[in-house]
Amino acid sequence: MKELLKTLVEIPAPSGYESQVRNQIREWIEPLVDEIRVDPLGNLVAVRKQADAPRLMLVAHMDEIGLMVTHVDQQGFARFVALGGVMPIHCVGGRVRFLNGVQGVIGVEKNPTSSEIPPLEKMFIDVGASSAEDCPIHIGDVAVFDRSFVDLGKRVVSKAMDDRVGVAVLIEALRRIEKSVFEIYFVFSVQEEVGVRGATVAAFGVEPDLGLAIDVTATGDTPKGHRMEVRLGKGPAIKIRDAGMLADPRLIQWMVQTAEKARIPYQREILEFGGTDARAIQLSRSGVPAGVLSIPCRYVHAPSEMVDMEDVENAVKLLINLLQTAPRLEQPN
Amino acid sequence: MGRNTETLNQPTITPEQIRVLEKLCNAVAVSGNETEARRLVMDQIKPTVQEMRIDALGNLLAFQKKESQKPLRVMIAAHLDEVGFMLTSEEDKEEGIYRFELVGGIDPRWLAGKPVQVGAEHRKGVIGCKAIHLTTPEERRNPFTVEALRVDLGGGGKAKVGDWGTFATPFQKIGGSLRAKALDNRIGVATAIELLKYEYPALDLLVAFTVQEEVGLRGAKVAAHALNPDLAIVLDCTPAYDLPLQVEDSFYPLENERYNTRLGYGAAIYLSDRATISDPRLVAHFVRTAEKMGLAYQFRQAGGGATDAGAIHLQRAGIPSISISVPGRYLHTPASLVRIADWENTLRLVYHALQSLSVDVLQTER
Amino acid sequence: MKTNNLSNLLKKLTSPPGLSGYEESIAREVEALWQPLVDKLSRNRLGSVLGFRAGSGETPRPCLMMVAHQDAIGLMVSAIKEGFLRLTEIGGVDQRILPGQLVQVHGKRTLPAVIVQPPPFLLPPEAQEGSVPLSYLWADTGLEEKEVRRWIQIGDPVSFNRNYLELGSDFVCSPSLDNRASLCALTLCLQELQGRKHAWDIWAVASTQEEETLGGAATSAFQVQPDLAVVIDVTHASGPGSPAHKTYPLGKGITLGWGPTVHPKLFEAFKDLAEKLEIPYKMEAMPRYSGTDADRLQTIAEGIPTMVISIPLRYMHTPVEMVSKKDLQRAARLLAEFAATLEIDFMDKIQWDETPKP
Repeated sequence: MKELLKTLVEIPAPSGYESQVRNQIREWIEPLVDEIRVDPLGNLVAVRKQADAPRLMLVAHMDEIGLMVTHVDQQGFARFVALGGVMPIHCVGGRVRFLNGVQGVIGVEKNPTSSEIPPLEKMFIDVGASSAEDCPIHIGDVAVFDRSFVDLGKRVVSKAMDDRVGVAVLIEALRRIEKSVFEIYFVFSVQEEVGVRGATVAAFGVEPDLGLAIDVTATGDTPKGHRMEVRLGKGPAIKIRDAGMLADPRLIQWMVQTAEKARIPYQREILEFGGTDARAIQLSRSGVPAGVLSIPCRYVHAPSEMVDMEDVENAVKLLINLLQTAPRLEQPN
Repeated sequence: MGRNTETLNQPTITPEQIRVLEKLCNAVAVSGNETEARRLVMDQIKPTVQEMRIDALGNLLAFQKKESQKPLRVMIAAHLDEVGFMLTSEEDKEEGIYRFELVGGIDPRWLAGKPVQVGAEHRKGVIGCKAIHLTTPEERRNPFTVEALRVDLGGGGKAKVGDWGTFATPFQKIGGSLRAKALDNRIGVATAIELLKYEYPALDLLVAFTVQEEVGLRGAKVAAHALNPDLAIVLDCTPAYDLPLQVEDSFYPLENERYNTRLGYGAAIYLSDRATISDPRLVAHFVRTAEKMGLAYQFRQAGGGATDAGAIHLQRAGIPSISISVPGRYLHTPASLVRIADWENTLRLVYHALQSLSVDVLQTER
Repeated sequence: MKTNNLSNLLKKLTSPPGLSGYEESIAREVEALWQPLVDKLSRNRLGSVLGFRAGSGETPRPCLMMVAHQDAIGLMVSAIKEGFLRLTEIGGVDQRILPGQLVQVHGKRTLPAVIVQPPPFLLPPEAQEGSVPLSYLWADTGLEEKEVRRWIQIGDPVSFNRNYLELGSDFVCSPSLDNRASLCALTLCLQELQGRKHAWDIWAVASTQEEETLGGAATSAFQVQPDLAVVIDVTHASGPGSPAHKTYPLGKGITLGWGPTVHPKLFEAFKDLAEKLEIPYKMEAMPRYSGTDADRLQTIAEGIPTMVISIPLRYMHTPVEMVSKKDLQRAARLLAEFAATLEIDFMDKIQWDETPKP
C-alpha cells in the first residue's frame, strides 16, 4: 500500500483542477467496476452494481489544498490566494509546484513591528524570474505544495495525505472485495477543500441510501497540540461529530459493532472544527444517513502530513468488513 | 424578433441602452423586495422572449427556446437585487426617525450624511450625523456604527418598520463613465436584456433575473434547480480597487497588486472566487472568443466574493458555470462608477461567446 | 384550550433530552402525541417526525408544511480523564452558564453529573482570567474512573437537568423551551384541527438538527415538496440586559417574521388573520435571515413560499428559558386558524403582482 500511496500523493491536483489524479485513479479501477463516469463537476463515479441491495456511497476526495496566482509584478514575483484551507504558518519558506511543472519558493514581506505570522497577502512566490515578461507563470495558474513522500517505517509522511490516503483506502478495498451486501458507488470527489462541493452534486446524482466518507482527521498526540483524544497508531477513527455534522448514531453503532466483532482497533472521534464530504451526503435531497471512517493524521494541511500505516491497513480491513454487513436503519438508535 | 447574426453585427452601447440602465439604477429593489426592478425588466423583455414566469421566490424566468433537435441549454443569470437597508425600529414617530439594519454587505463607514430613499414611494430622507461642532476629536477617531446611525425621514408617518430603503444617488453619465447607485447589478441586468434581443441558433436561452443574491445567492439556487441547464453564465458587476497605492516606500516602484479588476481593461472573467471555481472549459471558450474578436478582457483576481454561480453550479448533479462581470469602482456604496467601454466589451464578449457555443464545449472532461 | 392540558403537554415535551443528532427520545414522545391527531405518521431519513393529515378539498390538493424543530442544545462527552468528563457543545452554548449546572450523561446508563470550573492554579495562563472556556471545564459524576468508563464513552450526549417551573400565573421556565414550546404550539394546533375541516393537505414536521445544520427540515421539505411552509420557532423576549429594540415583551403577543426569508403575501395573510382573531402580534424585522429552519427551507428544490412565526422567549439557550403560556396558545390558535381557513386557490392569490397572465 505504501507504493499506491506514494504514487497518489505525488500527483499535483488542487481543488478545481483534479484531472491528473482522476486519470490515474480511473486507469487503476476501470477494470474492477461495472460502470464508471465523470460527472459535470469532475467527480469520478464508479459502480459495483447489485440489484435489490441498499445503495452505499463511499467517497474520498481527490483534491488537495493549493494556491492560485492573482498577480505577477514587474519583478516577476507572484502574489497568490489559497484554494482551500492553506494556513500561513505552513507557507513561509515552503516550495510549490505549478501544474505546468514550474517550481518556486514562498517568500514573505518583513514586518518590523510584529513577530506574528503574516497573512497570505504578505507572501509571494518566487520562481526565479526577473520580470513579468520572462516569468513562466501568470494570473490564474495553480500550484500545490512541493514535498515528496518519505517512508519512516511504521509511519509515512507527505503532502496531500489529506485525502489521498482516503483515496488509497478506497482503491485498496475495491481491489480486495468480491462480495458485498450493498450496491456500492465509489466516488472520488472534487473540490472538497473549498466547501465539499463535488460531494454535494455527486450525492444528488447517486441518490444513495447511506453514505460514508473516508477522510483524515486530526490527532491530539503532539506536544501542546489539539485538545482531542484521537492519536496515531490506535486504529482508524469512527467520527461522532465535527463542525459540519453529527454522524448518524445508527451508522456509528454499525461501525463500532463491526470493528469489535472483527477485532479491529478503533477510536471514537470528536473533532471541534472542520468538516467532510459526509455532510454534503447527509443533507442531500430527502436526507441520507451518513458517517465517516477517519484516518488519524498529524499536521493536517501542512506540507508534511503523517499517517500510521497500521491505521491505514486497519481502515481498509474495517471498510471491507463494513461492506459485508448492513446497518440497521429502520430502528433508530 | 432577432436581428441578422453575421459576425460583424454585434451589440453596441448607445444612448438607448444607457437610458434603460438609468431606469434600472433608479429603481429601489433591495434583497427581498425586487418588485420595482422586476417590473421594469418585464416591460423591456416582453417583445423579445417566448415565455416568462415568476417563481415562488420572485425570480423572473424568461425563455428563448428552439424547436430544433437537442439545442444546448444555456442559463444566463443576472441578479435584480441591490444592497440597502431595512427600517427595524421606530424611534420617534413624530420626527420620522428610525433604526435600521443593513441588507447585504455594506461598509458602514460610507453611510453617514447621505441622502436615502425608502419604500415603494421612494420617500426621501437622510442618514444624518451629528454636526462636527458638537463632536470631540476623540469621537471623530471612531467610525460610525450602524447601531449609532438613524434614518431620518422628517415628520411622522411616512414609513414603517419593515420598509426597505437604499441610497438616493441620481444616475449620471460623465464622459466615458457612468456613475450611479446599484450598478451592481443593474448593469448585469441591462446586459441580459440586451442579449435577449438577438438570436442564438444553437441554444435554448434560459434567462433568470434572480432575487436575493446579496443575502446568500438564494434566488439563483432555486432557479437553477428548476431550469436544470447544461451550463450557466452569470452576469454581474465586480469591484475594481484600482486606486493609487499609499503605503511605505519599498525597494521597487509600488504596484497595486490587489486591484481585483481594473477599469478600462475590459470584461472580467472569473477563475475562482470564494464560492465557485469556474469550469476551465468555459474559461477557455471565453478567452478564445475574446482573442478571436479582439475584445479587451481581464481575469478577475481569485480570492473573495461570490456570484450567483456559487449556488448554480452546485444544483442537482452539477452545472458547469462561469461568471463574467463589468468592473466597477465603489460598489455597495452610494455612488459606483463604470466605464462604458468595459460594459460594451462585456456585452460583446458574452454575445459572441453565446454565438459560438455548442455541445462541443463540454465534450472533454472537466 | 385548557391551561392544564397545555401544562401537561409542555411538561411531556420538555422532558426528553432529544439533543441535536440524538432526537430519538423526543421523536418517540411526539409520535405518541401525534398518533391520534394525524392520518399517517412517518420518519424522514434524518429522524424528523412527519405527521400527515389529508385535506377535504378536491384533488390534486396543495399541501402546507408546518415545522417546529424538536432538537435541543446540549453537550457531549469529548474525553474522559481520571474519571472526569471533558465536554464539547451541541448547538450554541454560552460557556458562562455552565459552572454549577446539573446535567445528565446519557451513556449505557444515564448518570447525573455537575459541571465544575477548576481553580486557576490548575489552568494554563490563557484560561485563568475571564470566563473559563468549555474545553477546560469538567463534568463530575462523583464516580471513580473505573465506574465511569463502565457506563460512559466519548460521544455520549449530555443534557441539562429537567426542571419545569410554573412562575406566576402565566410564565413557564424550563430547559429546551427552545424549541419545545413551539412544538407544543404545533401539537395544540393539531388538536384544534381534529374537530375541523381543512381543504389543504397538512404535514406537521418535528424537524431534527436545526441547532446544527437545519438539515431535518430541509430534507423533509425536499421529500414532501410542500406548496407553502410555516416555521414556528422562538424569538428573543425582552429581559435584563437585552436591548429593547431587538426584543419583544413576554406575554404580550407573538411575532410575525418579515424579510427576504418570508413571502410578503404570506405575511399579509397571517397579519390579517391575527387582526381578525384579535391576537396581539408584532412584526419581527429579519433583514437578512431568520435564524430558523426557514433559512434552508425557502430555497429547497424550486423554492417554497415560507412564513416564520415566533414565540418570545427569555434567556435563550440556557437551562432557564422562559415563555408565556398565553403566547403559546396564541401561536397555536393562529396556526390552526390559518390551516383550517386556507382556501384551495390560495396559491393563485399569492402570485407576485406582475406575474404574466397567460
